[in-house]
Amino acid sequence: MNSSWSYVSIAAVSLLQVMLVLLGGPLLLGLMRKVRCRMEGRVGPPIRQPLLDLRKLAGRERTRPEHTSWVFPLAPVVLVATTLVVAAIAPLLATNPAFGWSADLFAVVFLFLLGSVSLALGALDTGTAFGGMGASRAMTIGALAEPALLVAILALSVPAHSSNLPAIITRSLAHPAWLATPQRVLALVAFVIVIIAESGRLPVDNPSTHLELTMIHEAMVLEYAGPDLALVKLAESMRLVVLLTLLADLFIPWGIATAPGPSHLAVALVATVGKVALLGVALAAFEVTVAKLRLFRVPELLAGAFVLAILAVLSALVVP
Amino acid sequence: MTPALLVATALAGLAASLAGAVTPDRLRIRVSTSLTIGACGCALIAGINILHSGHPAVVHTTALMPLSGFSLALDRFGALFVVISAVVGICALVFRLGYIGHGLGSRTASCILPLFVTTLLLVPAASNVTTFLFLWELMAITSLLLVLTDHAHRGEVQVAAQWYAVMTQLGAAALILGLVLLATRTGSQSFAVIALRSAHLPTWVRSTAFVLALVGFGSKAGAVPLHVWLPRAHPEAPGPVSALMSAAMVNLGVYGIVRVGMGLLGGGPTWWWLLVMFLGALSAMFGSLHSATSRDLKRLLAYSTTDNVGLMLLGVGASGLFASTGHRALAVVALVAALLHVVFHAVFKGSLFLSASSVQQATGSTDLDGLGGLLQRMPVSGPIFLVGGLAIAALPPFCGFVSEWLLLQSMLHGLPSSDVAIAVAMPIGVGVLALTGGLTAFTFAKAIGIGLLGLPRTDGAERATEVRRPMWVGAGLLALLCLVFGVAPFLVIPAVVDAAGVVTRFHSAGALTHGWQIGLPGVPGMLAPGLLALGLLVCTGLVALARGLVRRSPVRLTEAWGCGRELQTARMEYTATSFGEPLTRVFEDVLNPSRDIDASHIAESRYYTEAAVIHTSLEDAFERHLYRPADRGFQRWGALARRVPNGSVHRYLAFGLVALIIVLVVLA
Repeated sequence: MNSSWSYVSIAAVSLLQVMLVLLGGPLLLGLMRKVRCRMEGRVGPPIRQPLLDLRKLAGRERTRPEHTSWVFPLAPVVLVATTLVVAAIAPLLATNPAFGWSADLFAVVFLFLLGSVSLALGALDTGTAFGGMGASRAMTIGALAEPALLVAILALSVPAHSSNLPAIITRSLAHPAWLATPQRVLALVAFVIVIIAESGRLPVDNPSTHLELTMIHEAMVLEYAGPDLALVKLAESMRLVVLLTLLADLFIPWGIATAPGPSHLAVALVATVGKVALLGVALAAFEVTVAKLRLFRVPELLAGAFVLAILAVLSALVVP
Repeated sequence: MTPALLVATALAGLAASLAGAVTPDRLRIRVSTSLTIGACGCALIAGINILHSGHPAVVHTTALMPLSGFSLALDRFGALFVVISAVVGICALVFRLGYIGHGLGSRTASCILPLFVTTLLLVPAASNVTTFLFLWELMAITSLLLVLTDHAHRGEVQVAAQWYAVMTQLGAAALILGLVLLATRTGSQSFAVIALRSAHLPTWVRSTAFVLALVGFGSKAGAVPLHVWLPRAHPEAPGPVSALMSAAMVNLGVYGIVRVGMGLLGGGPTWWWLLVMFLGALSAMFGSLHSATSRDLKRLLAYSTTDNVGLMLLGVGASGLFASTGHRALAVVALVAALLHVVFHAVFKGSLFLSASSVQQATGSTDLDGLGGLLQRMPVSGPIFLVGGLAIAALPPFCGFVSEWLLLQSMLHGLPSSDVAIAVAMPIGVGVLALTGGLTAFTFAKAIGIGLLGLPRTDGAERATEVRRPMWVGAGLLALLCLVFGVAPFLVIPAVVDAAGVVTRFHSAGALTHGWQIGLPGVPGMLAPGLLALGLLVCTGLVALARGLVRRSPVRLTEAWGCGRELQTARMEYTATSFGEPLTRVFEDVLNPSRDIDASHIAESRYYTEAAVIHTSLEDAFERHLYRPADRGFQRWGALARRVPNGSVHRYLAFGLVALIIVLVVLA
């Protein structure tokens, strides 16, 4: 890789990314909630409300249902840890974070999958009907989102000859015209659908529902309380911010730091925050306008995303 | 030295078999199992030696078999499979020392099991047609007898064994035809000579031989549509035997396809490999879908074997396809990915089958709908199953992740080529890989979550305790390998690259490993599984520490929320059937679920039900639409044929006369 990157600057990038994701996740959720409320004609809680909620939850007592094993308390920890690893190695702010050469898109997907599986296992460990229901639904949607996601990754990787994230981003910075090709647009749509499904947003899952029959994610985390619930909520928001940042970097890469130095990083920080906030606002505005899909209509949506992704790969071969 | 070890393997196996037949009851299991472990040990050393040095070991004797002679020649490619069989064999046999039940302790079984293990060790070494077919058939027959060990107690065993017998013999027939065709056309029995001369054979001979071999080996590997015996035989076989069959025997099907297709025939036209890829994709999707919706633990594992064999065939097919279009380096990478998956599949499937057998012994059942809460009741076997399940779901930091990543990479880098077949096959291959990946994660979230976590659903699960030490030692060794290979895949990858180089006859693929990292030569970006594992470990530790510091009070035990109900019972839990229900509904067209509700109403009013029973079942589509009609056809034919000999002597005399006349007419 680029020899002008010193170890210090590489480590600084990773550290900054982790801090950004840790803080930015709850703030992004707050922003999205605010936008939603305003569009619905309400004032809404302040943007920092999710952070205050986390502090409140962290101070509460830890509880655990009887009969649960060590899997139940471990699950939220693993969930947060997988997201932290992704936040540290993925090129969110700069093309060269620590161990960026190992930031493979497929590896990122499997790390997220590890987090999802561990949360599902935590839910099943409670032995309640809700835990099972949420886990079953979340894993079904996860399994069906996987093909669309990996094939969309394939479409992005073909022109770069690599599924390495920094390589893809560097390549698209070098060939800006390539961003407007049909395969990018198709892959973008597939990506957006998958991100909505993976992060449990409308119209796939309603994050603010507490109606038992429609819950997916909320049903899984029903038994978590106090610091454990704080971890789950934190991980949820971190995932959203990581996914949106990756989306921004893959499709509108300008602003990402390609050289070391505080000035570059400052620009990248502003650009990334701006892009992600914009995406978050757009997502929130979209959520106001749609209703939740029936659970058994979601596979059709994901199958559509898969077809788009396949078309993206095929057109990537026709229009190199 | 190495040939002597091969001979020692065979002799130790025979001695173990003899010991199983003649030693007194008290010593039988211990003596014959130790001798069999000895045979595995000899084979393991021989295999590692060959993988390391690259010098083939040759044993040839005409004393055992006339005409062709009994001939073994173990090269690096075969040695890889010998090592896999030996490792799985050692673990399964250690497990067996503690395993009770299923009639595996009987004199017959103790005599046959060592023979089965020995054939698993020697088949990859066979180097002429007769030796190969002899060992192959011995393997088929011994495994069939081992499936049958418990036939006296359960009726299903016989049905399962019948399916297995028919499928394995059909496969053997195809195999004999294919190999004999090659041997007669090239004029030699020896694999080495066939490999030299096969290039000059007419195309139809080569293609016929390949398709016949594909059918023969495919039925042993459990590839769709020849998979029907797997989900029947595996649940009925004794635990160690099903582990050996699924983790070692099935591999030999893949071995055969590669050995014949790439080794003996030296590659072939594009359509061969597209066919292999198609079979692989079909097996992967069909197997993963059925394992996601199975409720019997061992049936689930058996279907998942079909799924994984599909992934191996996908890699083998991609490799052949690359080779046939001139991408030699990529062909090696794809084959390495497939072989790596063979190695890792043996490791995690072995640990899963062995720990599933531990569960069966502890609870008396493998029905997931009756298990639950086993992680706390079985503190060692539970985590072993958990590790195996995470590894098979391709989750870091376990080994399944590495081979799937490499498989994805090989397909990705094949894409930019101008060949249309590749351009169409690869995206579909990735789609299949991704769907099976997602479904496998679903399957094992179900198997672990319903089987090991939550509340026990039956008395058997409630009373379960940890199994005896040899059992968890055997399964645990394999689970440990899942983690070791997942963190440090460089321990096996160089050996696999060498093994793949032998059959593809192309060695300059470049190194796939660079210290702790793996990556494709000349491509930016690598994977560092060890680093990911370390990162996960550090982050998990930090987060857990932070949670502990934020709130230091002890964890309070509470009751789970049950919508205001007082008591939480296992009857409120989700079961494996309900967990898989959304998926069953999504894939209704493929799975054909049938449901039947019996409701009895109370006498006063039809609006109130007294009791209701629901029966749901999933039938294998191939069994229903392919094998049942074929079976009915054979039955009808048999019934017709039975009408001809009706017991009348006059009629038989008439047959004799007619036959004589026909013979005379033909001769005249």
